[in-house]
Amino acid sequence: MNDQTLNLCLLFSSALFCIGLITTLSRSSTILILLGIELMLNSANINFIVFERTQPDVSTSHGTLFVLFTIAIAASEAAVGLALLIALFKHQRSVVIDEASQLKG
Amino acid sequence: MNATLLITIGVTLISSAVALSLRNLIHSVLLLVITWIGICAFYLIFNAEFIAFTQLLVYVGAISMVALFAVLLTRVAPSTNQRNKQSVTRFIYALITGLSLFSLMAFAVLHTDSPKEKVEALPATVYSIGKELTEEYAPALMITGSLLTLAILGSVLLAAHSPQSKENS
Repeated sequence: MNDQTLNLCLLFSSALFCIGLITTLSRSSTILILLGIELMLNSANINFIVFERTQPDVSTSHGTLFVLFTIAIAASEAAVGLALLIALFKHQRSVVIDEASQLKG
Repeated sequence: MNATLLITIGVTLISSAVALSLRNLIHSVLLLVITWIGICAFYLIFNAEFIAFTQLLVYVGAISMVALFAVLLTRVAPSTNQRNKQSVTRFIYALITGLSLFSLMAFAVLHTDSPKEKVEALPATVYSIGKELTEEYAPALMITGSLLTLAILGSVLLAAHSPQSKENS
């Protein structure tokens, strides 16, 4: 892999991260905020894979294993987040995040 | 390889940007499926087959279905004028933050010297991944398994608990 490909991949993952960040900061729907966080985790995974291919440690494959654990954590985060979303919807009949401003149950 | 890589990157970025800017949540989730398939193709280009199929199973298979169910379970009647002034201001601030972060990262990427020694990496086979998961990473694997179990149990409890339905019935 040459330098250009490495730079291209790193720019790709940073663009994906920024798209996720803009979504998380700007949208008011809780589902889209969660999906933006998933996208940011995905871009971090891309960096792990790209760097593992560029600077190999021949005896082990730490990058691949780290990505595996990240995917597992992201899956459980999505499950808990969407369950919280459904609980919030049951409570106030809306998923707009600005309206979720009460701590009282 | 480069044309394939460019097409994959283009499809992934465009579909994710369009998906996260749409008003219709179902269309967003379905377009994000294309993004996740694009990332899976990216992993396949970089010889990470195991990760690519894990991505396909977990994201395209599971998380998209969970997100679609959440969208369908929390549907309300669409209100006509949701885009008020506050959300436009927030979008502008978010855009400024995201673009400045992107330019910072792009500057850092383009002005960093890449490593001099070029060694072609051995692709991680399923055998080597399994061997490391059961030897060096065995505690981490167990912790991840128990975390997943707890997360699933907790989300079932959260989604099933409904204090209002008791009062109504």
